[in-house]
Amino acid sequence: MDKMTQNPTLTAKDFSSDQDVRWCPGCGDYSILKQMQATLAEVGVSREDTVFVSGIGCSSRFPYYMDTYGMHSIHGRATAIASGLKGARPDLSVWVITGDGDSMSIGGNHLIHLLRRNIDVNVLLFNNEIYGLTKGQYSPTSPEGQVTKSSPMGSLDHPFNPVALALGANATFVARSMDRDPKHMREILKIANDHVGTSLVEVYQNCNVFNDGAFGAFTDKATKADTVLMLEEGQPLIFGAEKDKGIRLNGSKAEVVSLNDVSAEDLWIHDSRDLIKATILSRMFENPLGDDALPRPFGVFYQEDRFRYEEAMQAQLDLAVEKKGEGDLDALIRGSHTWMVE
Amino acid sequence: MTNVIEKKKDVIILFAGDSGDGMQLTGGLFTNTTAHYGNDISTFPDFPAEIRAPQGTVAGVSGFKLHFASIDIFTPGDEVDVLVAMNAAALKANLGQLKTGGTIIANTAGFDKKNLRLAKYTDAESPLLDKSLDQYRVIEVDISKMTKEALVDSGLGTKEVDRCKNMFVLGFLYWMYNRKLANTEQFIKDKFGKKPEIRDANLKVLKAGYYFGDTNETFTSRYEVESASLEAGEYRSIMGNQATALGVIVAAKKAGLDLFYGSYPITPASDILHELARHKNYGVKTFQAEDEIAAVCAAIGASYGGALGVTASSGPGIALKGEAIGLAIMLEIPLLVINVQRGGPSTGLPTKTEQSDLMQAIYGRNGEAPMVVMAPRSPSDCFETIIEAARISVEHMVPVMYLSDGFIANGSEPWKFPKAADIENIVPRMADAERDLDEGKYYPYRRNEALVRSWAIPGQAGLEHRVGGLEKDFESGDVSYDPANHERMVKVRQAKVDKISESIAPLGLEQGESTGKLLVLGWGSTYGASRTAVRELIAEGYSVSQAHLRHINPFPANLQDVLSGFDQILVPEINNGQLIEILKAKFDGRFEGLHKIKGMPFTSKEIKTHIADILSNNG
Repeated sequence: MDKMTQNPTLTAKDFSSDQDVRWCPGCGDYSILKQMQATLAEVGVSREDTVFVSGIGCSSRFPYYMDTYGMHSIHGRATAIASGLKGARPDLSVWVITGDGDSMSIGGNHLIHLLRRNIDVNVLLFNNEIYGLTKGQYSPTSPEGQVTKSSPMGSLDHPFNPVALALGANATFVARSMDRDPKHMREILKIANDHVGTSLVEVYQNCNVFNDGAFGAFTDKATKADTVLMLEEGQPLIFGAEKDKGIRLNGSKAEVVSLNDVSAEDLWIHDSRDLIKATILSRMFENPLGDDALPRPFGVFYQEDRFRYEEAMQAQLDLAVEKKGEGDLDALIRGSHTWMVE
Repeated sequence: MTNVIEKKKDVIILFAGDSGDGMQLTGGLFTNTTAHYGNDISTFPDFPAEIRAPQGTVAGVSGFKLHFASIDIFTPGDEVDVLVAMNAAALKANLGQLKTGGTIIANTAGFDKKNLRLAKYTDAESPLLDKSLDQYRVIEVDISKMTKEALVDSGLGTKEVDRCKNMFVLGFLYWMYNRKLANTEQFIKDKFGKKPEIRDANLKVLKAGYYFGDTNETFTSRYEVESASLEAGEYRSIMGNQATALGVIVAAKKAGLDLFYGSYPITPASDILHELARHKNYGVKTFQAEDEIAAVCAAIGASYGGALGVTASSGPGIALKGEAIGLAIMLEIPLLVINVQRGGPSTGLPTKTEQSDLMQAIYGRNGEAPMVVMAPRSPSDCFETIIEAARISVEHMVPVMYLSDGFIANGSEPWKFPKAADIENIVPRMADAERDLDEGKYYPYRRNEALVRSWAIPGQAGLEHRVGGLEKDFESGDVSYDPANHERMVKVRQAKVDKISESIAPLGLEQGESTGKLLVLGWGSTYGASRTAVRELIAEGYSVSQAHLRHINPFPANLQDVLSGFDQILVPEINNGQLIEILKAKFDGRFEGLHKIKGMPFTSKEIKTHIADILSNNG
């Protein structure tokens, strides 16, 4: 980010391209686009140093709507393309826009390898638990038993848990947000942008045409206070309409306690640098409306500082020059053994 | 003892042994020594698919074929003059290649009961004892024992001693062909400088082999292959994959671009990755990707970022890259795709050569996806061809498929290498805000007269734009589903590739007259065998000529004119007939195919015999 020029004059509108946005009316993608444009203006990146790379799917139209550099590529491969782009051009700010089908299914391999390499790109995973562009088949994040066009008797696939998957792949930054909470999303996008290394942000995004209300439990007024657990760095894990419930660690198990019985100091204090705790948080993944269910965490699960692939790659090049000197083409072509023919 | 020194124009030696016997190294060292002496050389290794196939079995035999001569040669040769057989399996696997009257140097220790059984000789009967080798000259040496005896005081363990036995063979052959040991001695000193006991053992055994020839009275024949009349200048030995790797580094520098190489390991292309990874001080970024698709995608990402994106693989990997190559065609950005072909389909014959990916290169993508296709003809030609491929890719904003093969990739030859300053610069058509902005807007798909769009690299203010795999409007570059526009865009992408024929060299004749009874028209690695065959036939008075294609899509603009000069056109290919199908579809002429699909290159004799048959049958 150091090469990024501060440009305080840009507004969210300056990041909007001249293309008409063509998502279905009411799609959660609109909100994410708006928050992204606002966040970029706020953090002050320059348009010319920013590249959005996407794969295939509804969300992958995103780059067309950003007045930056961008590539709408092929299904599942945005992460691989971004790896090469950032490898060749570490000075750029690179964002990958992907969906649950694009990144968890056809592009699953590239995603996990990007995460372990820790190339400094930001991955925005629009999770709507459905294939929208192909008109409504179950996706790798759809819950078991989901009835869709391709699963009339219910899906047999056990769903991926993207946050847990990312942690398993040794991601250095993992967060979750949702389309219906613009303020939280901007906050998370900002932290993700600041993270040096790959950041994975899962966004719960409502597909109002093929999977409306998939995340209703976390967005409906009636339930969200009890199902949403907002993670705040250094703060106890507290939730509930009356802020009267908390999460306490009992051994390696998270349990819900009442603040009437337990004081806030004895609750789980969120520490996004603790991998074990992040792993436990990531597994708070059951149906939030079930009996005794744990709430679903949102916010930054985990972050760590680890060397970046593209930085280490450049360092090897620099070291090679230091040791052997700048490469000379004639010496290269000549090699080590030659002979003269008279 | 008197040694008769017999002069020879050319000699072919085949070193064969277990894959752990060091035959590749032995062959390589003989090559270096004899290259320094001034012979023309062509080599070809032939190794098993497994790294260490079961010892002593035919499947585990590793060979290195070396052709050296006092005349110009273009192939590793046909029939072998000398077969070095380190064990029974090596003899069994390669005896068919030995010419009648040829020499076998047999390591008798490798012909014991166990080795004979492993090599599946009937009743473990040694071919050295029955009369089956009567038509050859057999030199039996217990190389293992001689090595042991030479190193009796070395203090080395049995395994280390046994590893030196290839040096005995090498020393003996140096005696036989009257070569000096100095070059190899220097190599041993450099390689084992830190292990003096290993160094000394190898030096000792090398000399022991030489003196064995010198002092043993049974060997009375020595041969002299005088230096060849190669064009004067400075030479080095080069392998195809190596030349390809050096070529991409030079091309990137000549274009003023960073080089980004995305690759997934695959035989026989991996050596390009190995070579490039050694040259980081030339600014070479190598990325070993998680799979073939990621490798090409990373190269595409790098190209989008303004680097020269390069990926390489072999047939199966190229198949996986197909969709991404289509994206690069749609994006119209530079991308080099190197295919070091091997036997297919599917996993096929990974360590054997074939030219069977030509149709895949030209047609193997969804949609109308025209691709520039080029092929090098020999190991050293890889250098020039890959630079030209890069030039076309960068200057015309198109992906280029470069079709090498296992034969070229692993073969070697002397190379009178060029000076870097003599290689022309490559000039990318970079977007320029002053030239390309139209009322403040950049139109990424506006084209010049060659139909080439400009390359706008992220980081330039005012040139922000979006590209993608969706069809785009001819004028604005925005996504377009308009039917007429799609047809127009398909045609313009095709026309852009077709127009490249205007900027490439016309097809010339390698040999022979511009009209005649028969033209041999090949592509890629068949060059050398055709060259030798046609040279001999011309000398014998046949009406035959040779032309060879580097550019297969688009073809040279004058190809029809060249073809029209001949009654018949013979198209030899290491496949079941691919170029010939394309020629038949696009050109007039009486085409005849010659196909070999055995995982091995043509011998010049095969081509020569076939041509002679055609010409004598047709009068």
